[in-house]
Amino acid sequence: MRRSAKCLFCLLTLATLFTTACEQEKKHLRRVPPGGTVTRGVHQTELQPGPMIPFQHRRNPFAGNSHAIAEGKKLYSQFNCAGCHANGGGAIGPPLMDNEWIYGSAAENIFATIVEGRPQGMPAYGGRIVEYQIWQIVAYVRSMSDLDKDTAAKPLIQQAQQEESIDEAQQ
Amino acid sequence: MQTSDANAATIETTGTSEDVLDRTWQSPPGFPGWFLHVNHRSIGKRFIATAFLFLLIGGVEALVMRLQLSRPGNTLLSPDLYNQFFTMHGTTMMFFFAVPVMEGFAIYLTPLMIGARDMAFPRLNAFGYYVYLIAGVALYISFFLGMAPDAGWFAYVPLSTKEYSPGMRMDVWATMITFIELSALVAAVELIVTILKLRAPGMSLHRMPLFIWAILVVSFMIMFAMPPVMVASLMLAIDRTAGTHFFNVAAGGDALLWQHLFWFFGHPEVYIIFLPAMGMLSAVIITFSRRRVFGYTPLVLALVATGFIGFGLWVHHMYTAGLPQLGSSFFTAASMIIAIPSGTQIFCWIATLWGSRPDFRPPLLFALGFFGIFILGGLTGVMIASVPFDLQVHDTFFIVAHFHYVLIGGAVFPLLGATFYWFPKITGRMMSDRAGHWSFWLAFTGFNLAFFPMHQLGMIGMPRRVYTYIDGLGWNGLNLLATVGAFVFAAGIVVFVLDALISMRSGPIAGRNPWNADTLEWSTSSPPPNYNFREIPVIEGRYALWDATGANPHVVGLRDDRREVLVTTVLDAHPQCISILPGPSPWPLAMAASVSVAFIGMLWSMWWVPVGFALTFVAMIGWHWPRHHVRRPPWEEKERPED
Amino acid sequence: MTGRAVTLGLAFVLLSGCDGVQSMLEPRGPHAARIATLWWVMLAVCTVVLLIACGLVLAAVFRGRGSDETELSLKQQRSLVIAGGVVAPVLVLLGFLVYSVKISQAMIAEPANALRIEIVGHQWWWQVSYPGEGRTDLNVTTANEIHIPVGRPVSIELRSRDVIHSFWAPNLHGKTDVIPGRKTHTWIQADAPGTWRGQCAEYCGLQHAHMAFLVIAEAPEAFYAWMNAQREPAPEPQSPSAVRGREIFLNGPCMMCHTVRGTLAESTYGPDLTHVASRRTLAAATISNTRGHRAGWVLDPQVIKPGTQMPPMNLSNEDLHAVLDYLETLR
Repeated sequence: MRRSAKCLFCLLTLATLFTTACEQEKKHLRRVPPGGTVTRGVHQTELQPGPMIPFQHRRNPFAGNSHAIAEGKKLYSQFNCAGCHANGGGAIGPPLMDNEWIYGSAAENIFATIVEGRPQGMPAYGGRIVEYQIWQIVAYVRSMSDLDKDTAAKPLIQQAQQEESIDEAQQ
Repeated sequence: MQTSDANAATIETTGTSEDVLDRTWQSPPGFPGWFLHVNHRSIGKRFIATAFLFLLIGGVEALVMRLQLSRPGNTLLSPDLYNQFFTMHGTTMMFFFAVPVMEGFAIYLTPLMIGARDMAFPRLNAFGYYVYLIAGVALYISFFLGMAPDAGWFAYVPLSTKEYSPGMRMDVWATMITFIELSALVAAVELIVTILKLRAPGMSLHRMPLFIWAILVVSFMIMFAMPPVMVASLMLAIDRTAGTHFFNVAAGGDALLWQHLFWFFGHPEVYIIFLPAMGMLSAVIITFSRRRVFGYTPLVLALVATGFIGFGLWVHHMYTAGLPQLGSSFFTAASMIIAIPSGTQIFCWIATLWGSRPDFRPPLLFALGFFGIFILGGLTGVMIASVPFDLQVHDTFFIVAHFHYVLIGGAVFPLLGATFYWFPKITGRMMSDRAGHWSFWLAFTGFNLAFFPMHQLGMIGMPRRVYTYIDGLGWNGLNLLATVGAFVFAAGIVVFVLDALISMRSGPIAGRNPWNADTLEWSTSSPPPNYNFREIPVIEGRYALWDATGANPHVVGLRDDRREVLVTTVLDAHPQCISILPGPSPWPLAMAASVSVAFIGMLWSMWWVPVGFALTFVAMIGWHWPRHHVRRPPWEEKERPED
Repeated sequence: MTGRAVTLGLAFVLLSGCDGVQSMLEPRGPHAARIATLWWVMLAVCTVVLLIACGLVLAAVFRGRGSDETELSLKQQRSLVIAGGVVAPVLVLLGFLVYSVKISQAMIAEPANALRIEIVGHQWWWQVSYPGEGRTDLNVTTANEIHIPVGRPVSIELRSRDVIHSFWAPNLHGKTDVIPGRKTHTWIQADAPGTWRGQCAEYCGLQHAHMAFLVIAEAPEAFYAWMNAQREPAPEPQSPSAVRGREIFLNGPCMMCHTVRGTLAESTYGPDLTHVASRRTLAAATISNTRGHRAGWVLDPQVIKPGTQMPPMNLSNEDLHAVLDYLETLR
């Protein structure tokens, strides 16, 4: 291969790699401007009185981001999601690792579930957890059932590690 | 390696010329041919050049870090980026520069010093280089992708487990470490067999140059030290990807297990870096003092003793981890004892140099720089061997100062001197004395300006691996001074490297032996011909060229039309048999690529491991396919016509 | 912004003197004193050794200049190597070894009347609790600030919630790692009143650089007064602004992570805030605890410690002042 062609090939490869694979590994630390505490979920239906306003679909800004999934995992345990959902297998709350989603499995649906709460026991966390942290939890929950590409921690055993430490800390 | 019995060595070959020999040992020219090279000089040069490139890259990383730390609250690097920088700096310097550059010199010089035409397993040599190159490229691609490893070059668990280091960053680290240690192991095996079996007749063990002794000891150390870290990093890799729990405390794993495994490797690693430099120093000191070294036997014993004792020190990296005091004190004693072989070596060199009125050319200057810097670093090492003192300065900049003093003083300065010294042999041209003086003084001054203040910084409270610090603690001035010094030091290195690059093209032509040195490599042309030695010499004394009587005894009977080397006995180097080495081959690269498929693919999915395994199997078959000329024994070739 | 925020830690002039507040060279307790003495002795000996060794090197290469080359006799060479390379090191090292071991033994022996403290290392702050002799109502929990009585040994049990950290207050003692899954232990003692800074000394992630703490040694009366004050639950806020601030605190994200004893906020994820206004610093001894810093920290901790677990808050100006007024009441 001619030298210039080789150089071009290398550069193109690097450029492609640089632009595509970055997002998964980024650590978003500063959110400017600061995230709000006011959270509004999606509607469950497009029907509404007056003129029809089409859905504004919300994407998870942290979809597939490993750092966010790991943070979401920490928040999952600290905010005691495990108290009802265990480590994804479900206890008094439904499992999150399976394919059955009562209120939808899209990121915006899970977001709405967390923010608004749901009948029969799911508390409404809107106003208690800031928006970007809810998105992190959404990313983690989706990763539990492999809806989002997960290169973060597998849920079960490391979870136990934290719980044991918490137990010890409280003794 | 195909061997024929000793009778074949006495068959006289007639009518062969130097051209035939040259053609036999030639490496294919041109670009695709570059990938087929197996001769040791080529591989050695590649190791050295690649390692120096990594030195420069690691140095740039260090300079950026020093810029970040030059003032409190600096925002040049975010915490995430800083963590990647210091991890890459440590990983690059320790794994991709320090050991490979020593290996490179060893691979280049060993056959030349022992009177062989190549190393024992030429294709394995090339394989080791490609593995090293691929590992380094893969690691740095991760840096460009913004996902460089960020848990430190030592990657303590649980910080480096998936939970606290999400994403692929530390997977890259874990797999690349396993990978590059494969390269080190391969080189070690290669060097041990070459040194023990391919020495020229007459070079018994007690006549080997000290550099060769150093390489032999180091290679054995590598064989024992690398497997623990390969195991540990593999365990970390599968903890992260396959859900094992070696280091997962809740599931019965142990966070300290990692530290034990890593430092069992980590401590010998620094001696693996340091001992070849001792060998280089011996060579330079002997040449420049124009004397036979005093205390050959103590020097050899010191090398061996350091090699052994070096394996008994590792807990001194873990004094603060809450281990029992009695056990820790044992390691204090061991860590102090190891100063004795080093001290012995230093005094042997002083005795050799005494009154010799050496020529203060750059190789000797760098050797003198070694004395000043390394002795200081060794003394701080003795200090931190003491548990109570280490409890205060562990993980502070005092330690950073200590290990840079011993590594830069003990390895980099001798390396620069050695590079200057052997440059004429490798390239055929001399480096510039003037540039050498400049680079030495810049490096020496800059190094001390940069690292001496760090002793105090550590003692007044500055921990390691911090991306910034608050104002008002009295650290500002010392940090700024260290940054300035770092740039001066870097200038010295840059001058050196530029000089090397320019001299390669336009330096004064060097003769065979511009330094009037004693070891065998200086008997060849500069650079050596493809076949190293027209005639394999029979060694007459410990200082091959100085003890040569002029009778020029040499080996006859090695064929010119195929790659034959003489295999000799381990202790006394009596001729034993002949080994026929392979010529240029694509299989090392193929094998390296196949193994890479497994290791690098593992980052994405475990399924790449069996794919890589299958490819490796194919490459193995190609590698070991019987070579045509060994299918028939030589005495039968005259009876049957060629196919 | 980050630069400015942390440079404002210059308000550490609160501490007794700018320099030496985090230094092993200014020992204030028996352990640190022994170690500092060890250091000075080793420094003296090693300096002499360095000068002799370098002197010998220089003598070796410069000797004989201007005259014929001289060489040491075999006997002289041998003596040099044995004396310098074997005998001298053995003696010096043996001395160091014995001295070190003696100090180690002295430091392990813990006196009986020690005050007990438990410290848990988190990413990236220190949880400090004084177990109340078995009674939870006597338990004191705070964060990033350790008060100890002067002259009394303090026994510290160390644990980690997540990764390995290292507890290090150089003016008082060497460091001890905190390792998940293990309990490590150390004891310290301050011989005079004062305030010193300690810092995490084991790389633990993004904000390892900002994981420090204060050790405040006080006369026993002052210490017990502090303990008693810390045991009290949070007082009722008096001003309407502070009441509003508590409402925001309890109805917003704050209560999800923090404890304020006497209210419904009982989460142990983040530091205990019951007496946060009585502490001298915030953000693990990164910034001083002034109203302005508190405002900055509450609004956007990511400016000061990017990567920390605490999220930014979107508060209107009045709400922010209400929260600050409430936090002021938590003395």
